[in-house]
Amino acid sequence: MKKTALTHIHEALGAKLIPFAGYTMPVQYEGINIEHETVRNNVGVFDVSHMGEFLITGPNALELIQKVSSNDASKMVDGQAQYSCLPNENGGIVDDLIIYRFNEEKYLLVVNASNIDKDWDWISKHNSMNAEMRNLSDDYSLLAIQGPKAAEAMQSLTSVNLSTIKFYTFEVADFAGIEHVIISATGYTGSGGFEVYCKNSEVEQVWNKVLEAGKNYGIKPIGLAARDTLRLEMGYCLYGNDINDDTSPLEAGLGWITKFTKDFINSENLKKQKEEGVKRKLIGFELTEKGIPRHDYDIVDNDGEKIGTVTSGTMSPSLRKGIGLGYVPVEYAKTGSTINIAIRKKSIPATVVKLPFYKG
Amino acid sequence: MNIPSELKYTKDHEWVKIDGDIATVGITDFAQSELGDIVYVDVDTLDETVEREEIFGSVEAVKTVSDLFMPLSGEVIEFNEDLEDSPETVNSDPYGEGWMIKIKISDSSQIDSLLDAEAYKSVIGA
Repeated sequence: MKKTALTHIHEALGAKLIPFAGYTMPVQYEGINIEHETVRNNVGVFDVSHMGEFLITGPNALELIQKVSSNDASKMVDGQAQYSCLPNENGGIVDDLIIYRFNEEKYLLVVNASNIDKDWDWISKHNSMNAEMRNLSDDYSLLAIQGPKAAEAMQSLTSVNLSTIKFYTFEVADFAGIEHVIISATGYTGSGGFEVYCKNSEVEQVWNKVLEAGKNYGIKPIGLAARDTLRLEMGYCLYGNDINDDTSPLEAGLGWITKFTKDFINSENLKKQKEEGVKRKLIGFELTEKGIPRHDYDIVDNDGEKIGTVTSGTMSPSLRKGIGLGYVPVEYAKTGSTINIAIRKKSIPATVVKLPFYKG
Repeated sequence: MNIPSELKYTKDHEWVKIDGDIATVGITDFAQSELGDIVYVDVDTLDETVEREEIFGSVEAVKTVSDLFMPLSGEVIEFNEDLEDSPETVNSDPYGEGWMIKIKISDSSQIDSLLDAEAYKSVIGA
């Protein structure tokens, strides 16, 4: 089991540590609800150093990225980030990722920890244009500083005006006494804030200064459990749950990052799927009675016949009700439709709702 | 980890308080701590007679759900309805206000098979 450069700190803080994607990761410190609320209302910091980072450089970097990713990376300018996915050849998704453009010949791909080896092999296999690739995953750490007070709380740590970094853009600047930190206005919580990338040797200093600077703003360390409830309230997909090797980006509601302005792996078939229309869709639903949907529970119609599967589910700490994502045939996918979730022996009614669940 | 010596326990991390032929049942401090924030206690066997080790309900935390098992055979005669509105009581006071059900014991000889505090301690490695 791999550790991050901060595992000893999480242990000292009394975090509950679990194996996750090959890493020992903090799942919870104080409690999931308090951590969730801290990010929604103030600011929290996550160690998400398990995420993978690939540096793609050289004159053919963009060509490789355009081939393997579904979004149109040619539309990015320097200092911009873009959410995208890696389609496979069979209609599914290898991974979802964020692509950062430093300049026209330098890009950073940030991928899910569980897929680092798979993604590396996949991209390498399609690198017929010989772009330069470096896997920085074991050398770089990532902290997510998330919440409405993140910019104000962290401002004393950097010479960059944090409030001017627009959503999905980034700066490379001084942060917490370290030079050349990537400060990115991205995140997986829907509450605003930053993700900062630095070297493993630097991250302990950054972590400590972040907690110190955030003290008067009520900052807390946040575990993976709250990260999951925060992302689910926003309806953000989690790879391995809501999207995988068998789900199409169009079915998953990721049409907005599937751009047919260029050719990419399997773009012909996905284009055809778009024209013909998908047969099933990823929907968000709220239970209308007491109960909590969970990953892999059946979705059933009013007669109890199985029509789909829950891919993610939880009690929403903000809304105080059961929420979830799951795939259903398109005829059930309309907002306002009634479906049912099979929870043990019961069938609990649910309503299909527009995402996000949490509207701030 | 709080493990009161006057209570009996099961390997499923439930505690049992015997009072004549009535058993009060809840989950242990260890169990609530492992589950995390509890958001729902579902008991659908009220007024039913349920055998030992059968499921009498479930306890849902934000991230996980866990079955609740009868520590003794008997009739479920009471459910702690306060948990409907404040399930978090199970986290804050697992051995007191966070109790879950009362059972009318049908076979008191089963009581001997419950664990004492020392035996439960070794179950959880405390």
